Amino acid sequence: MKPGIVVFPGINRERDMAIALEQSFGEKPRMIWHKETDLSGIDLVVIPGGFSFGDYLRCGAMAARSPVMASIHAHAARGGYILGVCNGFQILTEAGLLPGALLRNASLRFLSMDCLLRVERADTVFTRQYEKGQTFRAVMAHGDGNYFADDGTLDRLEGEGLVAFRYADGNRNGSARDIAGVFSENRRILGLMPHPEDLVDPLMGSADGKPLFDALAAA
Amino acid sequence: MKATVTVMLKNGVLDPQGKAIAHALGTLGFDGVNDVRAGKVIELDLAESDAEKARAQAEEMARRLLANGVIESFRVDVGG
Repeated sequence: MKPGIVVFPGINRERDMAIALEQSFGEKPRMIWHKETDLSGIDLVVIPGGFSFGDYLRCGAMAARSPVMASIHAHAARGGYILGVCNGFQILTEAGLLPGALLRNASLRFLSMDCLLRVERADTVFTRQYEKGQTFRAVMAHGDGNYFADDGTLDRLEGEGLVAFRYADGNRNGSARDIAGVFSENRRILGLMPHPEDLVDPLMGSADGKPLFDALAAA
Repeated sequence: MKATVTVMLKNGVLDPQGKAIAHALGTLGFDGVNDVRAGKVIELDLAESDAEKARAQAEEMARRLLANGVIESFRVDVGG
């Protein structure tokens, strides 16, 4: 699988993501500027964290309408894989590629701390190197991570097994039903707020996020 | 033609900014503030001179960008 990282103005986590991907994939991912439209040869589109377009209007709203997104919609329609982390998750919901929305944290505070995520299912291309029900450490760094969807959508997500991760050590941002990450219906698109790419080497304090990238590299 | 798009969080969507404003108003001694909702006002200066066409344009802009229908509702006022 060939990964590519989409870079918008104001994104600032693309190099951390590139390090995590290179470590697992054994090659540098292609960096894709948001005005590019050619994704040929890319199997996994990664949208990293940051503050695209200064979070103007709503987090991810501007990025979700930039030129590269038409190609990303086409990639999704072909069944391509997409990973969005933090601002990337917000962009995917704004683009309509994942359900729900990310609201301001209920506390109104920017949260910068470790958290524990529980793996809701381990039979997806993203999670198959974890065990169902296991927890792993990830780093939250967001002001708008409060996952919201209406009750009907939440019931559907749970009924269809589209909740990817839940916060396992306290719900600090107010997310509905402790949801930290969700899948698309075909489980080929994953968005999550905490950063697995921050913990991919013991030198970083933990390699808890590495199985996610290893699983993608092995796919 | 001027069009004004007012974007508000839908009822039932937690509005922590509104809650914080209500709390601060209470701190300033304003009693009897039952609830505060915070939203956005976006003013558009449109080339279109027909009010109904301008309204239709602004509504389409609101649906496609200015408001997120998952969490927000909007109202368009034209004129001026």
